[in-house]
Amino acid sequence: MHQYTLAELSRLLHSKAINSVELTQHYLNRIKQYNTRLNCLITITEEEAMVQAKKADACIQQGKSMPLTGIPIIHKDIFCTQGIKTTCASKMLDNFIAPYDATVVSKLNIAGMVLLGKANMDEFAMGSSNENSFYGQVKNPWDETRVPGGSSGGSAAAVAARLTPSATGTDTGGSIRQPAALSGITGLKPTYGRVSRYGMIAYASSLDQGGPLATTAEDCAYLLQTMAGFDPYDSTSVEREVPDYLATLNNPLKGLRIGLVKEYFSEGLSAAMREAIYAVAKTLEKEGATLVDISLKRTALSMPAYYVIAPAECSSNLSRFDGVRYGYRCENPHDLNDLYARSRQEGFGEEVKRRILIGTYVLSAGYYDAYYLKAQQCRRLIHDDFQDAFKSVDVILSPTSPTTAFKLGEKTKDPISMYLSDQYTLAVNLAGLPGLSMPAGFIDNLPVGAQLIGNHFTEARLLNIAHRYQQLTNWHKQMPALAE
Amino acid sequence: MEWEAVIGLEVHAQLSTKSKIFSGAATAYGALPNTQACFIDLGMPGVLPVLNKEAVVMAARFGLAIGARVEKRSVFARKNYFYPDLPKGYQISQFEHPIVSQGKLDIIVDENTTKTIEIIRAHLEEDAGKSLHENFQGMSGIDLNRAGTPLLEIVSAPEMRSAKEAVAYLKTLHTLVRYLGICDGNMQEGSFRCDANVSVRPKGQEKLGTRTETKNVNSFRFVEKAINYEIERQIQVLESGGKIVQETRLYDADKNITRSMRAKEDANDYRYFPDPDLLPLVLSDEFIAAVKSQLPELPQEKAERFQTQYGLSAYDAMNLISDMALADYFETVAAGTAKHDQKTYAKLAANWIMGDLSAFLNKENKEIGQSPVSASQLQGLLNRIMDNTISGKIAKTVFETLWEAGGNADEIIKQKGLIQITDSTLINALIDEVIAVHPEQVAEYRSGKEKLFGFFVGQMMKKTQGKANPDEVNKLLKTKLNG
Repeated sequence: MHQYTLAELSRLLHSKAINSVELTQHYLNRIKQYNTRLNCLITITEEEAMVQAKKADACIQQGKSMPLTGIPIIHKDIFCTQGIKTTCASKMLDNFIAPYDATVVSKLNIAGMVLLGKANMDEFAMGSSNENSFYGQVKNPWDETRVPGGSSGGSAAAVAARLTPSATGTDTGGSIRQPAALSGITGLKPTYGRVSRYGMIAYASSLDQGGPLATTAEDCAYLLQTMAGFDPYDSTSVEREVPDYLATLNNPLKGLRIGLVKEYFSEGLSAAMREAIYAVAKTLEKEGATLVDISLKRTALSMPAYYVIAPAECSSNLSRFDGVRYGYRCENPHDLNDLYARSRQEGFGEEVKRRILIGTYVLSAGYYDAYYLKAQQCRRLIHDDFQDAFKSVDVILSPTSPTTAFKLGEKTKDPISMYLSDQYTLAVNLAGLPGLSMPAGFIDNLPVGAQLIGNHFTEARLLNIAHRYQQLTNWHKQMPALAE
Repeated sequence: MEWEAVIGLEVHAQLSTKSKIFSGAATAYGALPNTQACFIDLGMPGVLPVLNKEAVVMAARFGLAIGARVEKRSVFARKNYFYPDLPKGYQISQFEHPIVSQGKLDIIVDENTTKTIEIIRAHLEEDAGKSLHENFQGMSGIDLNRAGTPLLEIVSAPEMRSAKEAVAYLKTLHTLVRYLGICDGNMQEGSFRCDANVSVRPKGQEKLGTRTETKNVNSFRFVEKAINYEIERQIQVLESGGKIVQETRLYDADKNITRSMRAKEDANDYRYFPDPDLLPLVLSDEFIAAVKSQLPELPQEKAERFQTQYGLSAYDAMNLISDMALADYFETVAAGTAKHDQKTYAKLAANWIMGDLSAFLNKENKEIGQSPVSASQLQGLLNRIMDNTISGKIAKTVFETLWEAGGNADEIIKQKGLIQITDSTLINALIDEVIAVHPEQVAEYRSGKEKLFGFFVGQMMKKTQGKANPDEVNKLLKTKLNG
C-alpha cells in the first residue's frame, strides 16, 4: 500500500478500494518498524491519527470528502500543532505544547488529512544534514551511514522510506529542496508569500517558506493546492488567486525555454553530477524545450549575503526563547541575567548559537552598514540578476545540491563546507522565487536531485515541467530497499 | 554666570484603539493580569504581527493636525533588547522612517507669550507589558495586558527654555490628542507619558550642553518640578566644576528629586533593523485625504473662532478650549441669548466659567462634565445679571445656591428677595437717610476727604443687603454729596 503515490491513494480511498483507517494503520506500522532506525519522527501521533482517519472514512462514506481526505501526512516539527508537542528539534522547546495550529496545519486538517506525527529536523531549521537535532540525527534511507539532507531531513527521509505519502517542510535556504534531492523525492519551495508563515516557527522571516514534500510532482501539486493562499494573519502572504495546479500538470513543454547557468556548472562540480543534470536537459529538450546558456553574475554573492541576513533575522526571532514564558528554563537562576544566559546556553544547540552570535554581530552599532545593509544590497542585485535572466528563459535548471548525500559526521566540524551544500538553493530564497527539486538519477546508488527555478508565482509551470519529466522517467519511482 | 535651559520632550500617547496594534486582543485598562493578552501578545512561537489600521488612521490624523508630513512610506523596525515584560525580545517600533515628521505646535506660555515648537517626528510602536514586584514572595510577576498596546511617540525639538514652556507644550499637546479622539490623555493610567530631555548651557552659547533624560514624569506638576530640579542640579554640577553625565534619570515624586537610572555606556545596543514580518506601511493620497476630511475643529482653530465670534482675548480663548467639554459648555451658555449683545454676554459667560465655576469645580475636584450647575442653569443666572435684575455680587450668592441646592436663578432671586433696587426715588430716599445719620463723615467728605465715598457706598449696600444697583448708587450718591 505504501508504494502508491498520494494521487493514487486518493483515487483508491474515493473508490473505497481502501479506507483511511487501514491506510493509516499501515503507515503507523511502518513508522513503528523503521523510525528507531531512521529517526524521522520526533513525535508519533497515533491516537490522533486514528481519530482523524475514522473521521475521514466517515466523510468519504457521506460523499463529503476532498481530494486529500484520509491521506496521511507528517508535519515538520516547526509547524505549531494545537495540543501536540512542537519542538523545532530543540531542547529549548522540548516541553512546548503548541496552543494553536499553524495556518498550513489547519488548512490540511480541514482538507481531511491524517497527521501521523511530527518530523525531525535541524534545530530551528538551521542545518543541511539533519545532524543538528536535539533528538539525534536522521539517517538517509538509501544509505543509513549518510545524511538525508536538511533542515527538513525527517520529512524527506520519511517520504523516501515510504513511512508517509506526504510531508510538510520549510525552506529558508534550501531546506525542502536539498533533503528532497538527497533523499530521492520531490519537494517544492513556493514563492515567498504564497504559503502562510503563521504558526511556522520563524528562523529567518524574510526567507522562510513552507512547502510540500512527496514522491511526485503531482502529489506536491495536490498538497500545494491546499497549502497556498492569502492569510490575514500573515502580512507577508500575498493576496493573489491560487491557480489550479492539477489542471496544468500535463501541459506540453513545447517552446519552453530552459536556462542553464554558466556559474552553476563551474569546475567545482563533479562530472557525474554535471552529466546527470545535462541528461535532464536533454530529456526536456526532446519534449520541445529549448536550452539557453545564461549567466547569473552575482551567484558568488548569494552565500555571504545569506549568511548575514538569515543569522541577523534569526538572532532577533529567537530572542523570545528566554526561559520566561514557555520552553526550557535553567535550574535555580540566581538573577535575571543568569536566567537568560543559562536558559539559552543550555537550551540551544551549537549551530543555533553560532547563527545567533553572527546575527547579533552583524546588526550591532557600527557594523550594521558594513554587513546587514550591504547584504541587503547584494540581495537586491541577486534578485535583479534573476529578473534579467527570466527575460530570456522561462525556468532555470540546475543541480539541487553539488553532491549526493554525504556521510554522517563528514561535515559537522566544518560549517563552511556544510553551508556550501546549499550553494544552488540559497539564491532562490534571497530572490523570493519558487524552486522545485525532483529525482534525476543516481550516482553510486545515491539519488541525484535536479532543481527547477521559476519566476515569482510560477509554481504551476514548475510542477507541470516536473510532472512531464516524471511521465518520461522512472527516477521518482525508485525506492530504498526498506520500502521495497 | 547666566544659564539657559534647553528642553525637549518625548511623549508616549496611548492610542484609543479598541484592539492592540498588532493583534486582535482588547486594550481596555484595568483587566485582571494577563487576561487581555493573546498568543501574539505573549510572543508565542510562530505568531506574526498584523498592523491595526485604526492606529494608522490615528497617527495620520495627528500628523495632519500639526501640519506635519504624513509619510507615504514608513517602516516598522525591531528594537532588540531582553526584558521579561517584552515577550518577543524586541519591540516593534518605527526607527529610520516614522509615519509623521516635521510638524509644529503653537503654545501659549502666558498672557503675553506665544511660541511655536517643532515636532521632529511621531512614530507608531507597541507598548511593553508590566513587571510587578510586589506580593509575589520575592519573585516578580509579569502582566502582559499592556503588551502590544499602540503608542504614538511624539518627539519635540529641544526648543523649550523653561519648565513653564515645557508644561505649556505638554498641555497643548494633551488638549490636541483628546480633540482628535486618538488618546484619552489619562496620565494616572499612563495613557499620556512624558520623558524630558534637559540640558543647560551658558546663555548666548550655541553649542548644546550634555543632556539627561528624565523618565516617569506623569503629571503636569511633576513635569514642571522634575525639569526645574534637573535644571538646578545641572547648574550646580557645572558651577562646582563638574561635568554632566549623559544618562537616564528617574523622577522620584515623593522626594522631588531625579536620580540616575543608567549611564549611556550601559545603554543597550538595540540592533534596530526593518521588521521582516511587516511590509513597509504605504499610504495613498486618497487615504490621507480621507483622514484629513474627517479632522474635527482643532483647538487652535476653535481658539481663533472664539476670539472672532465671541470677542474673547487670546488667553481666555486658550483657557476655554483647553478642554473640549469646557469649550462646549461655554458655547452652550454663550449661545443662550438673543436679547443681549452677544459679545458682552459671551465675555460674561467666559468670566463666570473660568472664575466662579472653575473655582468651585477645582475645590471639589470635579470635571466640567460633573458640574452640578448645568449650562442652562448658568444661563438663567447670567440673564438676570444682564438685565440688571441682580448685581454681580448678588449673583455669586445665587450661584452658590445653584451649586448646592440646584433649582433656577429666577426662583432663588424671588424666594430670597434678591431683586436689585434700581428705582432712583427709592435709592435717593435711602441716601438721604444715610446722610442724615452720618453728618461728621459728610462734612469730612465735603472738606476734601474723597476716600470716604467708599464708606457711603458700603453703608448703602449694608442698608439694602447688597441689592441696590451699584451704578445707580454711585451716580446718585455723588450728586447728593457734591450737591
